[in-house]
Amino acid sequence: MSKSNFTRRGVLRTGAIAGAGLALPTYLRADAHAGFTNAPTGSTVTIGFNVPQTGAYAEEGLDELRAQELAVEHLNGIGDGGMLNTFSSKVLDGTGILGKQVNFVTGDTQTKSDVARAAAQSMIQKDGVIMVNGGSSSGVAIAVQGLCQEAGIIFMAGLTHSNDTTGKDRKANGFRHFFNGYMSGAALGPILEKEYGSDRNAYHLTADYTWGWTQQESMQQSTEAIGWNTAQNVLTPVGAGDFSSYIAPVLNSGADTLVLNHYGADMVNSLTQATQFGLKDKQVNGKDFKIIVPLFSELMAAGAGTNIEGVFGSMNWNWQLQDEGTQAFVRSFGEKYGRPPSGSAHTCYVQTLLYADAVTRAGSFNPCAVAEALEDFEFDGLGNGPTFYRGADHQCFKDVLVMKGVASASGSASMVGYDTVEIVEVTPRAQVEYPSDHPMFGGPEASLGECNPGA
Amino acid sequence: MLGLDTKDTRLLIIVAIMVMAAPILLNPFPADSAMAQFNAGYPDLMQRFVIFGIFAIGFNILFGLTGYLSFGHAAFLGMGSYAAVWMFKLLSYNVVPAILLSVIVAAAFSVVIGYISLRRSGIYFSILTLAFAQMSYALAYSVLTPITNGETGLQVYTNDPQILMGENSPNVPHLFGIEMRGTADLELGAWTFTFGNGYYLAALMMLLSFYISLRIFRSPFGLMLRAVKSNQNRLTFTGVSPKPYTLAAFVISGMYAGLAGGLLAAMDPLTGAERMQWTASGEVVLMTILGGAGTLIGPVLGAGLIKYLENIFSKINDGILHQWFAFMPDGLEDFMVTILHPFIGKGWHLTLGLIFMAIVIFLPGGLVEGGQRIGRLFKRRKTDDASSATTKPAE
Repeated sequence: MSKSNFTRRGVLRTGAIAGAGLALPTYLRADAHAGFTNAPTGSTVTIGFNVPQTGAYAEEGLDELRAQELAVEHLNGIGDGGMLNTFSSKVLDGTGILGKQVNFVTGDTQTKSDVARAAAQSMIQKDGVIMVNGGSSSGVAIAVQGLCQEAGIIFMAGLTHSNDTTGKDRKANGFRHFFNGYMSGAALGPILEKEYGSDRNAYHLTADYTWGWTQQESMQQSTEAIGWNTAQNVLTPVGAGDFSSYIAPVLNSGADTLVLNHYGADMVNSLTQATQFGLKDKQVNGKDFKIIVPLFSELMAAGAGTNIEGVFGSMNWNWQLQDEGTQAFVRSFGEKYGRPPSGSAHTCYVQTLLYADAVTRAGSFNPCAVAEALEDFEFDGLGNGPTFYRGADHQCFKDVLVMKGVASASGSASMVGYDTVEIVEVTPRAQVEYPSDHPMFGGPEASLGECNPGA
Repeated sequence: MLGLDTKDTRLLIIVAIMVMAAPILLNPFPADSAMAQFNAGYPDLMQRFVIFGIFAIGFNILFGLTGYLSFGHAAFLGMGSYAAVWMFKLLSYNVVPAILLSVIVAAAFSVVIGYISLRRSGIYFSILTLAFAQMSYALAYSVLTPITNGETGLQVYTNDPQILMGENSPNVPHLFGIEMRGTADLELGAWTFTFGNGYYLAALMMLLSFYISLRIFRSPFGLMLRAVKSNQNRLTFTGVSPKPYTLAAFVISGMYAGLAGGLLAAMDPLTGAERMQWTASGEVVLMTILGGAGTLIGPVLGAGLIKYLENIFSKINDGILHQWFAFMPDGLEDFMVTILHPFIGKGWHLTLGLIFMAIVIFLPGGLVEGGQRIGRLFKRRKTDDASSATTKPAE
């Protein structure tokens, strides 16, 4: 049984609510169909700098931020133009990107994937950024790269050295200028053979996570290629702090070389403790004991202090290079901040310029057009010599620096880490190249997927 | 209504209205104004508000009612997320199986961890839960990499099986075709409001969680849990074993955490081990205490406050400060920026710490107590007026 007693007021009220409800969708509209996510309107364009500002890699993140701010100044025609003057592509003229003034927003990744994705989401959804740049960890880079792929914007990775970033986790909207574990191994191999001979017994201590494994795998392959034997590979927990229990067994193993596949604070601690144990002064099998740290950064070198003397490693770029691009960049960075730039700062600066250049050459901010302009792009004058952005996996190919720790030349405390490493050799690009379907990079299954322009 | 008394019904309705209108309420400033920096009404952040609200509501059922302080609840959140992403990888991007499995997995693990940890109480219980959570974190970070993809984080690849994936199924998480990422914009003058599908799914889940928590608080079971908190010995002497009650509360709150984890993955199909780290467990304790432990709405407020600071304050940089104080003379402008610099951007932790200290010292009952005090202020004034009118002696 239903009871219905309509009152005039009731009918009017229900009718008004229903009417308003039905009318609402006409005010609601789906995402603006400009063809791609966050298409810039008006006279400005916003890009996002997502770097660790707190946590273990905060120093590197803040240096990246400095470089990115400098890049934006140069794009907007403020300052001396830095590497814009030496860049082989001349389409950027200091009037922003495609005539739009460049603004930027910043976010803190805390070197945590979740936080980094939240920060990137907020940039995309709230600030309307067209590109995200930066970061200082492979885990974070891979996470943010995946997000940018889904959202339909371009991601320019900062410091990320794991093979996976442009290996099995490569994405059509993501690009990496930095080098990777494979390249470190390939560059170090010949130098190690020349310096230490082809008859060595290497003991690996490896940070127990993805980057450590890919780094160790690459080092093992390249040292075995020059005839070295791999005594043992021991995985150490990340952030262990105390490595003495891992270092003590090294001496009894009969190994004469220690490879520390560690990064950040882990590397500083393990190298310091290995030095304290006197490994560097030992003789094993009639040979001097040697330590190798495949990946160097200024920050780690600063943390390790004098312990880094005599240790070989590799770098993507160093401020001591003598080419024009490097000099221009070091000059304008030094004038603004009173210090030399770090390798991660360089990568983020270059990535910002490369993005701006690609947009200008493509004539559009559409991520697919930008990706096309970046793919298989040959350029020079950005500090690394002739460089190639490979289209098949979005990895940059360029010379790799083999570095060695030395005593500080200036003796100044603020330069520790900057002048306590010297360039031993610039390994030519041809020597570190690999096919895009290399088994360490996901093999033939790895694919970029489709470029996603978003809404 | 719904088995609630008038007061609770009113609370539920108020919460429902606030949650449903959040995209409008959280966007008070026009999109082009300088204050737009403080707007929080974009889908990703609102999703975090309600999802961490669910997490905190669940935590409050354990901590607020029984007084057992778990320092490892993030483990269940992380397990929920891993379960959900695996569902995406194996079945399809539909969120229903993912969310269901995340709750089930979290429940199963919380039975085991709860059964062992609840053999002790007080600080020992906290340490046990912390140990389990750190174990889960370490396992997920490296040992179980084939399952969790380690540091890189678990995500869905195009070559995953996804056996239920149809020809035309969306390639992003969806609820029977409604994409979680989808949004609708409403433009009213200078304001732009964004309504996200994912947000409304999470919001409905949060309302449901809130309702269940409300029923638990008012039930005889809830009363029993409070008895555990006030004096467990007395309870034992009266012949009641507290164990089943505390375990039930632990499992329920673990399921809430699993639901939150599943929803996080449903909004953004990727998960990493750091979701289980002890800092994440500590965060939910902070949320609950900030908002008011043992109160119904408190944890949700606390979750909102922390996520707001994390996402909005951390994005204010010196450049923005200079814009704000641009009207001042140069010297004064630089001075103001220098003063505020440690509290914004990377210094948001400091701001959070100061707020936390202030609340613990001045408002031990959390934000809810603050609200009650303000409410009482108005009420007392009213009664004061009334009494002054009647009790004035006539001479």
